[in-house]
Amino acid sequence: MSRETLINIALAAILLAVPIWAHFADEPFIITLSTKVAILALAGVGLNLALGLGGLVSFGHAAYFGIGGYAMGILASHAQDYTPFMEWPFVIEGTNQMPIIWLVAVVMSGLAALAIGALSLRTSGIFFIMITLAFGQMFYYFAISWTAYGGEDGVSIYVRNEFPGLNTLDAIQFFALAFTALMLALIFSSRIAKSRFGLALTAARQAEQRVETVGIKPFQLRLTVFVISGMITGLAGALMADLNRFVSPVMLSWQTSGEIMIFVILGGVARLFGPVAGAAMFILMEHILGGFSEFWHGWLGLVLLLIVLFARGGLIGVLAGKEKADG
Amino acid sequence: MSTVLILEQALNGLQFGVMLFMMSAGLTLVFGVMGLINLAHGSLYMIGAFAAAVVATWTGSFMLGLIASLAAAAAMGALIELVVIRRLYDRDHLDQVLATFALILILSEGTRYTFGSLPLYLNTPGWLSGVFDFGGGLVYPKYRLAIIFVGLIIAAGLFLLIAKTRLGIRIRAGESDREMIAALGVDISKLYTIIFALGASLAGLAGAMVGVLESVEVGMGEPVLILAFVVIVIGGIGSIKGALIGSLLVGMTDTMGRVLLPPLFSQFMPPVDAVPVASALASMSIYILMAIVLIVRPAGLFGGAK
Repeated sequence: MSRETLINIALAAILLAVPIWAHFADEPFIITLSTKVAILALAGVGLNLALGLGGLVSFGHAAYFGIGGYAMGILASHAQDYTPFMEWPFVIEGTNQMPIIWLVAVVMSGLAALAIGALSLRTSGIFFIMITLAFGQMFYYFAISWTAYGGEDGVSIYVRNEFPGLNTLDAIQFFALAFTALMLALIFSSRIAKSRFGLALTAARQAEQRVETVGIKPFQLRLTVFVISGMITGLAGALMADLNRFVSPVMLSWQTSGEIMIFVILGGVARLFGPVAGAAMFILMEHILGGFSEFWHGWLGLVLLLIVLFARGGLIGVLAGKEKADG
Repeated sequence: MSTVLILEQALNGLQFGVMLFMMSAGLTLVFGVMGLINLAHGSLYMIGAFAAAVVATWTGSFMLGLIASLAAAAAMGALIELVVIRRLYDRDHLDQVLATFALILILSEGTRYTFGSLPLYLNTPGWLSGVFDFGGGLVYPKYRLAIIFVGLIIAAGLFLLIAKTRLGIRIRAGESDREMIAALGVDISKLYTIIFALGASLAGLAGAMVGVLESVEVGMGEPVLILAFVVIVIGGIGSIKGALIGSLLVGMTDTMGRVLLPPLFSQFMPPVDAVPVASALASMSIYILMAIVLIVRPAGLFGGAK
């Protein structure tokens, strides 16, 4: 077993152990923080597929995160007011069932990623970064002016949505849901990386022309991974909105895209558990630095800068060495 | 809708456009010559505005404030270039985005620590307050005309600088072949610092001039930064001409979209629905413009083969 695998197992174990301890020590706030880490890590796992595996620097993943969030906000607010979402040509009711909300979130963010990806993947390099940013901004401004769902103020939900057989209002049970989703996404993305599809994608990142000469079309591979990436981030958005029982255009802002990117890079690009390590470190810093300075964002910036300049490969890279650092 | 109103809005679009040009000129030069994506350019805009507000309040002179904005932004630009940015030139775009995002956090919080969270205000200088009468019912604030004037002078100055001076020759040479001009004995790292400081000072000046129209506060730079990126991507990265055309296109599209779309939509929709739809479309318009330009011409309007 490689050192990185051991570190991954340790990270998963810590993320599971801390909230269980907090549950018995009656520290609900720590459970909420751990849930937040799991959800943000899930968003990062999504981006990491595009960024790490596909080499696609998307600066607009907030769009999918926000679409997932709004899927929850819109469906749950209609269920809460007993009004249908639409009546024509057929009636669609709101719902407070998480599985349905998740399905809608994943499908909608997948469709958005399909449209955005199909257009954006015609460009590369800085143009790709900027066009994904532009699409993200379009959704942001659309949400701000969409007064039917709160405009700038967003949508609040009074009671967390339901999951069959669980009491989602119990912090530890909601954590279990988020943690399971994260683990499934991690297993899924490690399977993708090892599959023929993943190998072809890695090859397309490293030597595009060679891949084309053997008859593989990089565009299709990239579009596929971009859509999968958007879907996972969309699911994370729906969970995040449920954790906060609130969704607003902030979820769609370019700063959110930047933060998701930070989780991935802090932890280590293309490392399986990179987003988990990155999100955990981000939330830890937020609380440790936030505890002694109201200007904690500045200190965060300093830590981030030092990591980019001197610790390439992120946290996992520092801990596990360079054995898997490719590309 | 009257012609006077349209003309007035066209002037607003022009003013917005030249302000965007001051912001995007540095960004496009830094990308064209050094190949660097600098997200912290918006922080230099903010620093310029703060320097102008503090100095203008302190001395009572708006002109001294403007000079201070140029100096402070250039000095901060040179400082971050020497300490951080030059380590990023041979890194990939991802590292550049992240490191300069980190710089935004540091500079914003540093400014908030120094000046507090409350916004500062810059007053319109006496000799530029009031309106200018074009005749025919068209009146326009003198201060906004001054912004247009300064912006156009800077655009002309930059074209002369790039086309006619030794520094401009070196900048163009750096854009086309960086190793070669280093081999010819040009101190390339000094050239980079100068270009970065020059771009920074223009951003700072833009911040100071806009600081009169809006409040001077932490975070004022980022929305403008995103717009400046839209501009340089539309214009073609590295091209000053592209930045100018892109700025004017974005400025006009945004301003005219906000004015013209609501009445246009009211023609065929009830006003209650038309206003939110039109305003959503208006704020999305420049991003739609950018997406269309990139889909048709993936390297921007004046982008080279790079």
